[in-house]
This record gives sequence, C-alpha cells and structure tokens, in this order.
Amino acid sequence: MIEKTAAELSSALAKGDISSVELTRAYLERIARYNYQLNAFITVCEESALKQAQTADEKRAAGDRSPLLGVPLAHKDIFCTQGVTTTCGSRMLHNFVAPYNATVVEKFSAAGAVMLGKTNMDEFAMGSSNETSFFGPVRNPWDTKRVPGGSSGGSAAAVAADLCAMATGTDTGGSIRQPAAFCGITGFKPSYGRVSRWGMIAFASSLDQAGPLSKSAEDAALMMNVMAGLDNKDSTSIDLPVEDYTATLNDSLQGLKIGIPRQHFAAGLGAEVEQAIRDALKEYEKLGATLKEVDLPNNHLSVSAYYVVAPAEASANLSRYDGVRYGYRCENPVDLEDMYKRTRSEGFGDEVKRRIMVGTYALSAGYYEAYYRKAQKIRRLIKQDFNNAFDEVDVIIGPTSPHTAFELGAKTDPVTMYLEDIYTIAVNLAGLPGISIPAGLAQGLPIGMHMVGKDFGEAQILNIAHQFQQQTDWHRRKPALGQEG
Amino acid sequence: MALDKSEVEKIAHLARLHISAAEADEVTSRITDILALIDQMQSVDTDAVEPLAHPLEVVQRLRADEVTEENRRDELQTLAPEAQDGLYLVPQVLE
Amino acid sequence: MEWETVIGLEVHVSLSTKSKLFSGTASEFGAEPNTQANIFDLALPGTLPVFNEEALKMAVRFGLAIGAEISKRSVFDRKNYFYPDLPKGYQVTQLDFPTVGKGALTITLEDGSERVIGVTRAHIEENAGKSVHEEFHGKSGIDLNRAGEPLLEIVSEPEIRNAQEAVAYLKKLHSIVRYLDISDAIMAQGSMRCDVNVSIRPRGEKALGTRTEIKNINSFRFVEKAIISEVHRQQELIEDGGQVIQETRRYNANKDETSSMRSKEVANDYRYFPEPDLLPVVIDDAFIEAIRIELPELPDEKKVRFTTQYNLSNYDAGVLTSTREMADFFESVSSQSSDAKLAANWVTGDLQALLNKNNWEITASPIQADRLAALILRIKDKTISGKIAKTVFEMMIEDSSPVNDIIEKNGLKQVTDSGEIEQLVDEVIANNPVQVQQFKDGKEQVLGFLVGQAMQLSQGKANPAQVKQLLRAKLA
Repeated sequence: MIEKTAAELSSALAKGDISSVELTRAYLERIARYNYQLNAFITVCEESALKQAQTADEKRAAGDRSPLLGVPLAHKDIFCTQGVTTTCGSRMLHNFVAPYNATVVEKFSAAGAVMLGKTNMDEFAMGSSNETSFFGPVRNPWDTKRVPGGSSGGSAAAVAADLCAMATGTDTGGSIRQPAAFCGITGFKPSYGRVSRWGMIAFASSLDQAGPLSKSAEDAALMMNVMAGLDNKDSTSIDLPVEDYTATLNDSLQGLKIGIPRQHFAAGLGAEVEQAIRDALKEYEKLGATLKEVDLPNNHLSVSAYYVVAPAEASANLSRYDGVRYGYRCENPVDLEDMYKRTRSEGFGDEVKRRIMVGTYALSAGYYEAYYRKAQKIRRLIKQDFNNAFDEVDVIIGPTSPHTAFELGAKTDPVTMYLEDIYTIAVNLAGLPGISIPAGLAQGLPIGMHMVGKDFGEAQILNIAHQFQQQTDWHRRKPALGQEG
Repeated sequence: MALDKSEVEKIAHLARLHISAAEADEVTSRITDILALIDQMQSVDTDAVEPLAHPLEVVQRLRADEVTEENRRDELQTLAPEAQDGLYLVPQVLE
Repeated sequence: MEWETVIGLEVHVSLSTKSKLFSGTASEFGAEPNTQANIFDLALPGTLPVFNEEALKMAVRFGLAIGAEISKRSVFDRKNYFYPDLPKGYQVTQLDFPTVGKGALTITLEDGSERVIGVTRAHIEENAGKSVHEEFHGKSGIDLNRAGEPLLEIVSEPEIRNAQEAVAYLKKLHSIVRYLDISDAIMAQGSMRCDVNVSIRPRGEKALGTRTEIKNINSFRFVEKAIISEVHRQQELIEDGGQVIQETRRYNANKDETSSMRSKEVANDYRYFPEPDLLPVVIDDAFIEAIRIELPELPDEKKVRFTTQYNLSNYDAGVLTSTREMADFFESVSSQSSDAKLAANWVTGDLQALLNKNNWEITASPIQADRLAALILRIKDKTISGKIAKTVFEMMIEDSSPVNDIIEKNGLKQVTDSGEIEQLVDEVIANNPVQVQQFKDGKEQVLGFLVGQAMQLSQGKANPAQVKQLLRAKLA
C-alpha cells in the first residue's frame, strides 16, 4: 500500500480498504527501517502522527470526505510546526521548537493529512546536494552513494523511498525540481505568490516558493488544492482565485505548442539526459502537441544574477540569528561583538556563511549598483525572455538537470555546485511555475524533465505533466531500496 | 573582481562573522571565484533596463489597524538562551 | 569673523496606532517588558510583515498638513545593522521613495515675526526596542515592546539659523502632529525625539561647513542648549585653527556640553536594499482626498480665524492656538460665557499662569472650561467684581464645587442692593468731611478716593459703579 500515490491512497481510505492508522503505522515502520540509511528525516513524530491518523479515521466515520484526509505526509524542516523542532537543517536552530504553524502546515492539518515528521534539507535551503545539512547528508534511495539533490533532498528521498505518501518542499533556485529529478519523483514549484510563505523560514524572500514533492502530477494537483491561496499574513501572497487543479488534468493536449529552449540543449547537457527528453517530446507529439524551438538569450546570466539576488536577500534574512531571542548562542561570550560573531560562526555552516559574505559584499557601499542593481536588471531581461517565448508557445520543456545524481563529495567547489541549477534558476528569477517529472533512467538513475509555464499557469502545467504520466510509467519506477543492506 | 583579505575581514565584520586566520585564504579564494561567476553579468549592457525587484509587479495590501496578537511572553521566552525578569539578556551594551 | 549657523532637524514621532507597523501586536506606552513582543516583533523565523493602513494614513495626513507632495508610490527598504534592540538585524524604512515629499511649515519667533522652514521629506519606519542596563551583573536586558512601533521621521531642510528657531520649529511640529492626532509627541516618553545637524560657516559663504549630528535630545530646552553649546564649540575649534569632523555627538545636560559618540564600528555601511517581503505601496487620488477632507483645522488657519471671529490680537490668537487642547478650551469658555474677550484674557492670563506654575496640561487643569465660563458669567452679571473673581479663581483650584456655591459660601457676592449701598455712601460722607468738601469745590479726582473708601468698607463686595453714581447724586 505504501508505494501507492496519494490519489490511490485517498480512494483506498475512502473505500475502507485501509484505515489511516494502519497506513500511518506502515509508513512509520518503513521510516524506522530505512531512515538510518537515507537520513531523510530530521524529526519523526510517531506519537502525534498516530493521533492525527486516529482523528482522521474518526472524521471519516463522521462523514468527512476531504481528499487528503488521513494521507500521511512529511514537511520539509523549513516549515514552522508548533511544538515540533524546526531546524532548517542548521545548528543555529537545532533546538528551536516553533511556537506557531506555517500556513502550509496549517492547511494540510485542516485538510486532515497526517504529519509523519520533518525532512532533512540543505542548511537554510542553501545547496543542491543536501550535503550542507547540520544533520548530515541525505542519501539517494536509488544509490546511497549518491546525493538526492537539494535543498529539498530529504523530502525527495522520503517520497521516492515510500517513507511517506507525499512531502512539501521549497524552491528558491531549483530546490524542489532538482531533487525530484535526482530521486525520480514529481516536484512542482508554483508561481511566486501562489503559496503562502508565512512560517516558511526565509532564504531569499523574492525567490522562495513552497510546493509539493509527490509520486505523480495528479498528487501534486491534490496537494496544490490544499496549499494554494491568498494568505493575508504574507504581503507577497497573491489575491487570485484558486482553481481546482485536478479538474483540468485530463484536458486534451491537441494543439499544444511546446517551446524547446535552444540554450537548454547546448554544451554541458549529458547525452542520455538529452535523449530521454527528446523521447519524451515525441510522446507529446503523439498527444497532438507541436514543438517549436525558442530562445532564452539571457539564460546564461541567470546563475550570475541569482548569486547576487539570493545571497543579498539571505544576508539580511539571516541577520536575525544573533543568539538573543531563540536558537543557538555560543558559550560564555566575553562581550556583545564576541556573542554575535561566535554565535553566527559556530551556528552557521560554511556554505551559509559564504553566501552571507557574498550578499553582504554585493550590497555594501560602492558595489550596490554594479551588483545588486545590475542583477535586478538582468532579472527583468530574463523575465522578458520568458514573456517573448510565451508569445509563441504554451509551455517550455527541457531537462531539469544536465545529468543524473552525482556521488556524495563529488562537487566540493561552490561554483561548480551553483551551476547545477543552470536550467531551473531562471524560473525563480521570473517567478514562473515549473515542474520536474521523471522521464527516463540512465544507468539506473532517474532523469528529470523540466516544464515551465506562464504566470499562474499552474493548472496547465499539471495537465501537461499528468498527460505524460498517463502514457508512460517512469513515475512508477521504484528504487531497489534495502537490497544492498 | 579579486578580493584581498582585508576586504574579506571588513565584510565578515559587517556580517558579524568570525573568520579565523586559518580559514582566511580559503574563504577569500572561494568568494573570489563566486564573484568571478557573478561578474559575467557585466557582459550585457543594461543601461536602458528597469530593475525588477520582485517577480510580482503588484502592490502592497494594507492591514486594518487592529490588535490581533496576545501577550505570550512567558511561553516565547522559554526559547531564549538567557532571559530574566521578562528581559532578554545579552552581554553589556555599551552606548 | 562673523559666523552663520546652519541647522537641520530630524524629528521622529511615534505614530499613535493601536497596533505595530507590521504586526497586530499592541503598541502602547509603558507596558511590562516584552509583553508587547510577539512572534513577528521578535523576528522569529518564517514571520512576515503586513503594513498597517493607519500608519500610512497618518503619514499622508501629516504630509497634507504641511502642504507636502504625497507619493503615489512609496517603497520600503531594509537598513542593515546589528544591535540587540533590533531583532531582525535590519530596520524597515523608506530610503528613496518616502511617503511624504517636500513641504514646509511656518514658525513664529518670540518677537512675533514668522519664517517658513522647508521640510525635505517624511518617511515611515520601524522603531527599535531598548536596552536596560541596571541589575544584571555586567549584562544588559532587552525590552522589545517598542520594536516595530510605527515612526514618522520628519527631515527639515538645513534652513534653521539658530537655537530659538530650532525650538520654534519643534514646537510647531509638536503642535501639528497633536492637532492631527497622529502622535502624543511627548519628548520625555520618547514619542517625539530629535536629532540635530549643526554646522557653521562664515557669514556670506555659500558652501556648508562640516556638520555634526547631536543624537536623541529629549526636551525642547535641551535642544536649545545643545545647539548653543555645539555652535560655541565649533566656533572655538575653527577659530583655534582646528577642523570640525563629521561625527555623531551626544548632549550631556549636566555639563551642558556635547561629546563625541565614537562607536567601534569602522564605518556605518547600512547596505540598504528594497524590502522583498513588502511590495510597493500605491495610493490614488481618492485615498488622498478622503484624508484631506477629514483634516482638522490646523494651527495657522485657526489663528487667523480667532483674530477675525473673536477680534483677538495676533499674539493672543497665537497663544490660544498653540495647542489644539488650548484652542478647544478657549472656544468652549468663549461660547459658554458669550464673551470671547474675557475668555481669552482668562485663558491666556490666570489659567495659563496656573498651568505653567504647576506644569499641568490644560486637559488636566483643575478648572475646566465650564467652570471658567461660569466664573466669567458671574463677572458679567455683576455678581462679583473682576477683582473678587481672581479670589474665586484661586478658590476654584482647591474647591471643585459649583462656582455659585463658592461665591455664596464665602460671602463674596457683590453688593447691589441700593439700600445697603446708600448706607455705605452715607457712612463714607460722614467719615470724610475734608475730602467731601474738596470734591464739592470741584476737585473731581477725590471721587475715586471716596469710592475706594466705600469699597473698603464693603470688603470689595459693593458694585463700584453703583457707589460712584450714588456719591455723585448725594454730593451734587
């Protein structure tokens, strides 16, 4: 049962084939068995999960028919959960028991989903391999010598290994889509503003967006039905009606115009990945879509612009970690400056410190114009590139990552790591919706296909992804977890 | 743009980070690499381009002036490394 | 050499909203430490700001009151620095696009002359918390009740030329924000604070001299003294061949001198950038006009109206409109007593002296408008004389019973009974034959003496006009 999609579990629960308590117990057992290998969870909430499952079963008996009622999920440890430790993968918050719930957490709770625990992540969501976590790296269930991608690596590995039915993640430059690609699951980043950021620990405020990691596009639609919507607690949350994302999943793709970005099929792209994507595009042609090459001429500047905007915003967002009101404080500070410097140097890991330094530099006197303002201008160029492309096509499809999951410790140089997000990062700068779905395997490792939609075109992207999953079974492939020990 | 160690020290101080002598070289060279990546931006002319601060070009919502929060001091101060008599304690602030 | 002083003021006023600038936490003065510090105010991870509409309206109200440009689009920025009373590690403020642009206000100097002082801008920003230094063995306590309170920072042009003008400017600002009901503006409580930028230059010189900034002065008097002392210091320094360095200084009232606040910070680098958790604030004409319609009558307009409607002197009208409370008080006394002239005399005279002596606000006056009006009515209907009224006024401070009762129980009623007055007059004529003869011989001024004698006999209660009339009749 645990390998099923959330949609399938939803109907099994509705039919009474299984209770939420039974299902929750099954996941908890699997977590107990495999988490030591994967390190996907930082916190497992056994007791409260079973209690929530019990409540879900009672609600169902009382006539509640909410689609995700009793379905077990995991939250990335970036979402504040009242009464449960919320670490953001950092020593800085290793002891932080959040006194309130993120809106996303609140909404899943109201929908009756069962929270199994909190998943591991790159520290403050800064990383593309899940190696920067204070709680140790997460391992890829397809090959535990390899990384699951990052920063939502714990959520991706947990979904891929059936340690939960579905999970939440956040995506600032690719942090949902790239781990989804590496772990062979579906990962969806909605348009900026579609999902509330209240209670989601900030990395880069103008780029961060929460979204689902799931076993299918249909599951992502079910999750989006819960997550999306206006939240008055977040000024950047958009006041647009929420569609029923499941309603249009089966719409025909006849006449769909797919844009193939020239720049995403250039040097650096692995041959097997390229082949898998080209094969997938043929599937779409069979479904009645037409392909058209499009240009994203400024795409190559997206990583540069991103590594100004994101660190600059992060440098300010992370100033609150000062050892005064919560979180880590160094031992016996001799004076105020010592408290600040040692608390922050001991509380943050190397990558986080590096980005704070870069952001501080980019904003400092004399450099603001050359860096921050320049990056904002590039940001507009990148958005315009997408707008121009969308004048001609409905969706842009390419690879999520140039290659499949790499080995732990393989990329020690930050710049090399940053270039991992070359295909995904522009989407965050432009605030557009993007999804990664499984589209093949190379040497037993999953390949992700990346689709970018128009502003608030969530429903269409999910429809396009779902139609592919009706024709193929890549999203049904499972890692052979546990066989190696 | 290459950084020298004194600039790194200055930035570290602004960001209230301590960089030990042992780390200084490595940190300096890493940040120099990142700045080289960033400097690729300079290859494009953006004189005529308006900066984009935010992907959402919409406007701020306003909140009615109402008190919606209750006093939760005692609960919230359990999170603090050091608190006494309702105050958060820190090493002496010199003014 | 003759020096000219150039002063610019940066005044912070706390806006009197119910809740904080970006959170729904109460924003009241004097609460127990950290009882007004909730998850957003403590900068807990994941919390986000939402802008308080009332703070925006108050800023616009101020802008309209000083005839300033109101920005249709204002943008919040983060100002980054570390301090324990600044929970987020940045202050949200408005750097390049403040809500209120250029405006001006007119100040009145002690000699009655007026000057217009330009206001460069006024922007909305967050307050910080405060540090408490006592009792913690070498540690400081942090109280974040004030953190996130809305402030309006009002920046003047460097057009103020001396300490008196600076104080007049501050008093005018104080008056305006209180008229507008957007701030208590109590300097002693920190709801109005002032930073002073001072420089000097040889008279006639166009370029500005190097300025110093004197931070956080908390009374009008200290602003005046601090400026005088700082100008003196700069003059001596330059005349001795030294140079003023641009720096922040503090004023020590006990020593009556300013001293440098050399901080350990190498150089402030606030790394401003647009606050990504907030979007641009955009307002339209309708929003602005709705606020304009509800603007109260402001001190300058009120002053003009008082001179025409009540026939008051410029000076009296100025004193009476210096605060909204005093103007309201006066108008209440005037309408209840139907005598603006007497009302103005009493409010600016005895009442003002009483308040000054005791350092009372007019709202806390033991003699409220209805009682002062009642007193004036008794003068007008000749129940008491103007002189006795002063005695009654003194009694009213301690005695809260109705004015009529006070007059009655102390037997202060003016004698108007013609029989009683006739007796008095007869007695005076009998007792003063010499003066009576002088009057009869045509020495008119002796009449005053005789009236005085009668008043004395009556212990001031006789109606002097009546006495005079009777004396004339009897001595004719």
